[in-house]
Amino acid sequence: MRTTVIEQLKELAKEDDKIALITGDSGYSVVETFIEKYPERCFNMGINEQATASIAAGMALEGYKVYVYGIGNFPTLRCLEQIRNDICYHNAEVTILATGGGFAYGQLGMSHHATEEVAAMRPFENMRIYMPADPKEAVSALNDSYSHHGPAYIRLGRGHDEKIYDSSIKVDVTKAISFYDTSDINVFASGTVLAEAVDAVKTLKDKGVNIGLYSFPRVKPLDTETIIQVAEKCKTIVTVEEHSTIGGFGSAVAETVSGMCGNRAQVVRLGLNDTFTSVVGSQAYLRNYYGISSDKILACIENIV
Amino acid sequence: METKELARRIRKHAVEMTHASHASHIGSVLSIADIVAVLYNDILHYDVSAPKWEERDRLVLSKGHAGIAIYAVLAECGFFSVSELDDYYQDGSPYSGHVSHKGVPGVEISTGSLGHGAAIACGMALGGKAKKKDFHVYVIVGDGECEEGVIWETAMIASQQHLDNFTIIVDANKMQGMGDCKDATALYPLTEKWESFGFHTINVDDGNDVEQLQKAFKNHVPGKPRCVIANTVKGKGISFMENDILWHFRDPQGEQYEQAVRELEALR
Repeated sequence: MRTTVIEQLKELAKEDDKIALITGDSGYSVVETFIEKYPERCFNMGINEQATASIAAGMALEGYKVYVYGIGNFPTLRCLEQIRNDICYHNAEVTILATGGGFAYGQLGMSHHATEEVAAMRPFENMRIYMPADPKEAVSALNDSYSHHGPAYIRLGRGHDEKIYDSSIKVDVTKAISFYDTSDINVFASGTVLAEAVDAVKTLKDKGVNIGLYSFPRVKPLDTETIIQVAEKCKTIVTVEEHSTIGGFGSAVAETVSGMCGNRAQVVRLGLNDTFTSVVGSQAYLRNYYGISSDKILACIENIV
Repeated sequence: METKELARRIRKHAVEMTHASHASHIGSVLSIADIVAVLYNDILHYDVSAPKWEERDRLVLSKGHAGIAIYAVLAECGFFSVSELDDYYQDGSPYSGHVSHKGVPGVEISTGSLGHGAAIACGMALGGKAKKKDFHVYVIVGDGECEEGVIWETAMIASQQHLDNFTIIVDANKMQGMGDCKDATALYPLTEKWESFGFHTINVDDGNDVEQLQKAFKNHVPGKPRCVIANTVKGKGISFMENDILWHFRDPQGEQYEQAVRELEALR
């Protein structure tokens, strides 16, 4: 996914000489092709996320569209106040490209588990937030953020994220993407964990369960129209995210539904339930451990049914 | 207007504005009044009728708590009416205690959290280089502010990028919130630190002396960012405020206000 995004950024940079890429000493074997193509617009700032975030804001105020590449928590939580005051308050055109969202670096330990950063950035005015599930969603997220004036956060996976969509399908992240829709239970997933939800829903459908599935690649602004339409007619919405259930995608859905009058769906949020990770493992292992693997999603829904 | 007169007016506004609004940080404003006056009267290129003129030099106040100095100099230079200063600190006003760019023509960016402004200014200088513009970016930081790690992150980057269009001015009044800088961290010696980070570093013995500051800003080395360490006096210009940390917090009222006004009037 990350390589696809850098390739797309190169495409955009062909036509726009105000695109600049800043890396915080990361992106080995990912960003080099951009560096080779546009050396004058690419900067390795070194290991200093706070200065990097503010410098990106300063460049953006001089007319550049600045993309900051880094790993999970580092270009986000490490410099959160710089994102708040310098990037978002000034509505600076800085897009944070964070690789390793969720448990993508599962074996590296909790420092590398990015599981709260979406919640940290959601309240910031002007910030757009994307959690693409696969390379196609990621390219659409990049294009959407590019066409918009202001800051953005795009949470990427790693190198080998599952391709969800057939190459013939056109993906538009500005709206929720419907796989199936029912009046009973609908699963809303955001991010690469969508692959787990797809598996779970397929198995449940094979078992005859009346279940729907939507992907929400863009968390902010959120497609509240679809959420309201679905919540008006179904009994339960199950949200799935590789993130804390506090403040992230599931919370955003719950906030939307809580504002509805009349009959509305119950919202069940799956994700990390107010906990730090204390074990390591593969992404698949940790998803299962924290209740967001296809098996655990399936078990949760069977329990509701 | 003479630069010294501009500095005196900034100080006068500082007294009047903190008095009227019960605002703090007058000591910090008085400390940088001469630096700001020299920059706006003698150094910066700008156009009051076009505050966003692309070729303008940029000034960022990283020690945002001294924002009165910027509001006052901008008003005196004609970016907006001097009467606007009455809105400082008032309900619904854009003139916040820490300097704000929203709704205030001439202010480049909003600051208030220490260290940020230096790095943003560095990014502006990098942007200027990238788009091959000749403008210069100045940023004023406090010496206490140099305790922020991001200052030194910024210093390494500015040096690495050879930003000779970038000047950090350290308002070195040797004081910070709880007293003397020397009692908080091993901040000093600062000159050697900035030099070792690759900056062309100029020590201004008296950072409240207009002529010395003018001379320092004309001293330039191609290929290197510059650091001007202005050895200032916190509370400078009002006898009982000088070098007294109390005036980081207190606002002048009663006889102290009257005396401050008298002392500044005597400098006319």
